[in-house]
Amino acid sequence: MPLDAQHDNHTREFKVVGTRPVRPDGLDKVTGRARYGADMSLPGMIFGEIVRANHAHAKIVKIDTSAAEALSGVHAVVTRADFPAQSDGMVDILDHCMADGEVLYDGHAVAAVAASSKALARKAAALIKVEYEVLPHVTDVDEAAKPGAPLVKQGIESNIVATHEFGHGDVEKGFTEAEVIVERSYTTEATHQGYIEPHACVATLGGDGVADIWCCTQGHFMVRNTCAAIMGMNASQIRVTASEIGGGFGGKTTVYIEPTALALSKKAGRPVKIVMNREDVFRASGPTASSSIDIKIGAKKDGTLVAGQATLRYQGGAWGGSIVDFGAMAAFACYDMPNVKAVGIDVLANRPKLAAYRAPSAPMAAFAVESAVNEMCDELGMDPLDFRLKNCARAGTKSSYGPTYGEIGLEATLEAAKAHPHWSAPLPEGQGRGIACGFWFNFGGQTSSSLNINEDGTVGLSVGTPDIGGSRAAMCQMAAEALGIPYEKVRAIVADTASLGYNDVTDGSRTTFASGLAVINSANQAVERLCERAAQTWDIPAEAVEWKDGAAHPAGANAGNFEPLSLDELAANSGSTGGPISGHCEINADGAGVSFGTHICDAEVDKETGRTTITRYTVIQDAGKAIHPDYVEGQFQGGAVQGIGWALNEEYIYGEDGRLQNAGFLDYRIPVASDLPMIDTQILEIPNPGHPYGVRGVGETPIVPPLAAVAHAITGSCGQRMRAIPMSPPKVLAAIKAAS
Amino acid sequence: MSQLQISTTVNGDPVEFLCEPDESLMDVLRDRLGLTGTKEGCGSGDCGACSVTVDGRLVCSCLVLGAEAQGRQIGTIEGMAKGEKLHVLQQKFLEHAALQCGICTPGILVAAEALLKENPDPTETEVRYWLAGNLCRCTGYDKIIRAVMDAATEMRGA
Repeated sequence: MPLDAQHDNHTREFKVVGTRPVRPDGLDKVTGRARYGADMSLPGMIFGEIVRANHAHAKIVKIDTSAAEALSGVHAVVTRADFPAQSDGMVDILDHCMADGEVLYDGHAVAAVAASSKALARKAAALIKVEYEVLPHVTDVDEAAKPGAPLVKQGIESNIVATHEFGHGDVEKGFTEAEVIVERSYTTEATHQGYIEPHACVATLGGDGVADIWCCTQGHFMVRNTCAAIMGMNASQIRVTASEIGGGFGGKTTVYIEPTALALSKKAGRPVKIVMNREDVFRASGPTASSSIDIKIGAKKDGTLVAGQATLRYQGGAWGGSIVDFGAMAAFACYDMPNVKAVGIDVLANRPKLAAYRAPSAPMAAFAVESAVNEMCDELGMDPLDFRLKNCARAGTKSSYGPTYGEIGLEATLEAAKAHPHWSAPLPEGQGRGIACGFWFNFGGQTSSSLNINEDGTVGLSVGTPDIGGSRAAMCQMAAEALGIPYEKVRAIVADTASLGYNDVTDGSRTTFASGLAVINSANQAVERLCERAAQTWDIPAEAVEWKDGAAHPAGANAGNFEPLSLDELAANSGSTGGPISGHCEINADGAGVSFGTHICDAEVDKETGRTTITRYTVIQDAGKAIHPDYVEGQFQGGAVQGIGWALNEEYIYGEDGRLQNAGFLDYRIPVASDLPMIDTQILEIPNPGHPYGVRGVGETPIVPPLAAVAHAITGSCGQRMRAIPMSPPKVLAAIKAAS
Repeated sequence: MSQLQISTTVNGDPVEFLCEPDESLMDVLRDRLGLTGTKEGCGSGDCGACSVTVDGRLVCSCLVLGAEAQGRQIGTIEGMAKGEKLHVLQQKFLEHAALQCGICTPGILVAAEALLKENPDPTETEVRYWLAGNLCRCTGYDKIIRAVMDAATEMRGA
């Protein structure tokens, strides 16, 4: 990705950007009016229910749907036989949505039914009889990687499906130069994104072959294209409208139920609504990889890192694609090292297909590397912050994954941490303090937006990236800034797939960066047209008009002596000066600046129970430019708390039978309000040269440092090094007992 | 099994509906009465997204039968604002940016209102424990706690 300077945005002064207005969708969301995935109803709508297997691995011998089909009120039953044969890259996605003769994980869909009520649909689903031939299974990453392990599916020879390698220099030579070497192994369990809104959709596919889908998704264009490919339809035949979305964190970047709803609707001739229940959300959507990681780092006695090596084994379910390559790339991204090598091994297991979760693959790698770095600091007797300041990546550093960094903010976050009152605060008796850094690549991607100047001087803005955490506010701010008008005059919507060009999904921390870029470009194009209308009115060349403070002005004395024409005036006259005024932008956004953060964590371990309490937490991160600081802080806080949950409690627990044992919020315990302190934040602004206002994506990096920061604090509190995530009370207690 | 005819009051309005004997109050509110501000996050009483009040008592509506609404006063998020005037809690949630995706927001607002009726001057710890039954995955709770504390201060002063 190009890291060269494009925009000089260091000295720009902002009027709207950087303020904290109320979000445009706020009122709907505090009054219950906002419509999420499950809130849509259509005339004649019926209800879909999915039948799921209770085996980790089995051959489907026979599916008998006759009793369900005979039930009064049942309108359609589908199995894999009702989907067209797949010939392209969508086969894995469809296989995950509906098993193709072989069940590959506990919870795998095998059939679906649609009936006139939810209760009837559940009753009919229970009448579908499936005969299985149970096959050997494996769910653990290390077990799956062993020679002779049960094969995850028929027709493969090994559960290891890919190996990726990144790095530079000569690590063997590097380790010979090292005076201190730390070599450790770490494991992390799989977690779920834990969005509170289950997947939901309403789909209509009529006899004319035209479909409409309403669903909660991070990318409605992705839903359209995926469903079109799976169903053998054209993109223009499917219109997808993104509902309000109740959390995603990467977990809503694929489809689970939409193709099934289309297939049921096609057969029934009625709109079909499917809402996953919470148990199915855990069993059959989105977990992360579980991982097993070996780290070796070498340093001089003065603390100079000379070599680092990582071997990362990730399982991401039964289809491969554990995105272990991202983990291998991110592992050493915070460090300036002459010799570095990271090998990622992608392993299959009988678990649901992995979905992205906030900086996918990075938290596990960072847990291992940052923990090893903290152990190295103890070996060297060196302050962990000073060690990082000595070795951190800076502008000009060749990164561990290839590119050479441009302007980056890691060192600034470390300096800020060192100066932060949290770092120097006396630590109460019994508590420990931890520190860790984190990195994420960030992404730009395909983006399209449209901006209409209404005749009354207000602005309608259409973006194609679902608003997952307040992005419409940031879009309105950037449009208002570029146009020179008040925030309140702009209203943003997330437009459906028929109304805008293609947009990649809301992922990769890309929305404020890439959709923001498209919005600014759209506004600039509208400004050009506004200036042309002023030029036409004044009968001077368009080049002789400049735009400032929301109005067209003659550019200098030579242009003529005219009173400025405001956006309001130009908009009001647009009908007589050439018609509607709008601006559009279609780009494949480049230049997403990489992101770094440093976290400080205080924790206290109850030595009798092993329970860890987080007593103070501080997030310091470079945002490039915070468009709406409240929502930047919110990303820092939310990401940190998801990381704390991963560190302390959250895990997928599979039994010997290969079945998921904790598919609910009672047993899969995400952090609750009483678990946590306030989460302090400090936003640094080192402008990204790839964005006119300096924006860097901020959403993902905050989940990367907490695992190691919490582990470090636990070591400080109870003296035990925890190298297996989650550090749940039984594990911490066992470590304390083993040591005494 | 035949449906039951229930007479109740929802947000002050007299309401009659038919429901199955095993149908939850949450499903009745959402599917029969069109009050979709009450959200379903788990259906098992673990997430609090479906929080409503029954005769002033905070409950998860997924754990209450629709039939139990007979003769009761039901309060949902749709009844919180009075006309165009938002409740102080709603206003403070907007001012503090105490929501990101917003799916947990109705339940948290209903729960927080119940807290402040019972305890107008809660400590941060009391707010955190009261809201421990309302899961939020986006915010890390920080801004939610601040918004509730700020609302409590303003309501005491009013």
